[in-house]
Amino acid sequence: MSARREALLWAAQRASAALLALCVMVHLATMIYAVHSGLGAAQILERTRGNAAWLGFYSVFLLAVVVHVPIGLRAVLAEWLGWRGASRDWLLAAFAAALAWLGARAILGVFL
Amino acid sequence: MNPALRARNHPGYWAFLVHRVSGILLALYLPAHFWVLGLALHDAARLDAFLRWTDQPLVRFGEWGLVLLLAAHFTGGLRLLVLEFLPWREWHKGLAAVAAGVSLVLALAFALAL
Amino acid sequence: MKTLQVRVWRGGPQGGDFQSYQVPRQASQSVLDVVTYIQRVLEPSLAYRFACRVGMCGSCAMTVNGVARWTCRTHVDQVCADGRLELAPLANLPVIRDLVTDMREFFDKWARAKGRFEGRRTRRDDFERVAPDSEARKQVDAAIECIGCGVCYSSCDVVAWNPDYLGPAALNRAWTLLRDVRESANPGRLRAVAGDAGCHACHTHLSCTERCPKHISPTAGIAGLKRAAAAAALKGEL
Repeated sequence: MSARREALLWAAQRASAALLALCVMVHLATMIYAVHSGLGAAQILERTRGNAAWLGFYSVFLLAVVVHVPIGLRAVLAEWLGWRGASRDWLLAAFAAALAWLGARAILGVFL
Repeated sequence: MNPALRARNHPGYWAFLVHRVSGILLALYLPAHFWVLGLALHDAARLDAFLRWTDQPLVRFGEWGLVLLLAAHFTGGLRLLVLEFLPWREWHKGLAAVAAGVSLVLALAFALAL
Repeated sequence: MKTLQVRVWRGGPQGGDFQSYQVPRQASQSVLDVVTYIQRVLEPSLAYRFACRVGMCGSCAMTVNGVARWTCRTHVDQVCADGRLELAPLANLPVIRDLVTDMREFFDKWARAKGRFEGRRTRRDDFERVAPDSEARKQVDAAIECIGCGVCYSSCDVVAWNPDYLGPAALNRAWTLLRDVRESANPGRLRAVAGDAGCHACHTHLSCTERCPKHISPTAGIAGLKRAAAAAALKGEL
């Protein structure tokens, strides 16, 4: 039923947004620190590889992103491209899966 | 002023537009971002080549742009959480300006860190 | 400037165009005065709406220089620095003729949002107690003065992008009824206003809040509906 589905999607979007607010603050601070310290790729990877804490953090970050981005695009597709209905939702589910897959590979590459 | 813009030229509308456009651009950027980082898994040489490419000034500027987009979307999102979860108050009207200001500060912090 | 250059949209459902008129400028003149002058002196066939002329009924709402306003409460000096005025019917509504729009879908959506009071008590019961300083009643009072003028509906981009969207006025009214302690129709009302044609389609542009001549914030009420819908959905009650 549309009402229940939309209400739950709205709740998921705001919950993931709140989580992302924290993750983004950490991520921005880390990026500013890394650039400020003049860290190159090799040095960054030295610090991240085998680091369970960062691995855990970015896994949570990825989960929040995979929820938040497709729900956000859903409204844009409906309102600006007139695309509503099941086919749009299937595409977004596929996009979420792709993001999750690429994100997992990135996390493995950088933190494992 | 463009007639279509006259009715929309108020802070809440600009805040919406910035939030939506930054969200779309970040959504398009993320798969590429993840893919590049994934190169670290098994194609270290390619990753190194890519990272050398990012040393160019134009790419550095693009990175700064991405940080600005992220900061704008983030501060705009916090504003929305206030608008949707706290009871409406008149001072909420000033939040768009606050969000814009904070995002510029964050972007400046990144730029000055370079 | 002694004369106003006024462009007025003339036409019907099939389309139309702006026609120009010259109207003498007075010291104390509302935009409604301008429209009235055009119809009485220059163009008897011009169709437009008004009733009270004093900012109580909302009938005179139309698009003035691109912005939805009440013409009776808009002084020419407010909108007309360079002596030019552009008048068009309210946006987001079908046109009947010239400056007159068909308000039926506006009120149909009001009904679809269950914007009608349905009490529990009969004349045989005692009065329901409504505490005026309760949080719920204060929220209702902040939003209750809506007179259904259509300015918010006409200013809303989501209404333009989503034909099914109930719109700020209907949702605002539903909010006041959701928070009314005397109400009997409430679980069903929440179901009626949630969904992608309801409160969840609002993206807090705040154009409605910006334009409402009664200084109501439909966005606030719609945010309340979003919270209520999420709470109900998570409890399995939606």
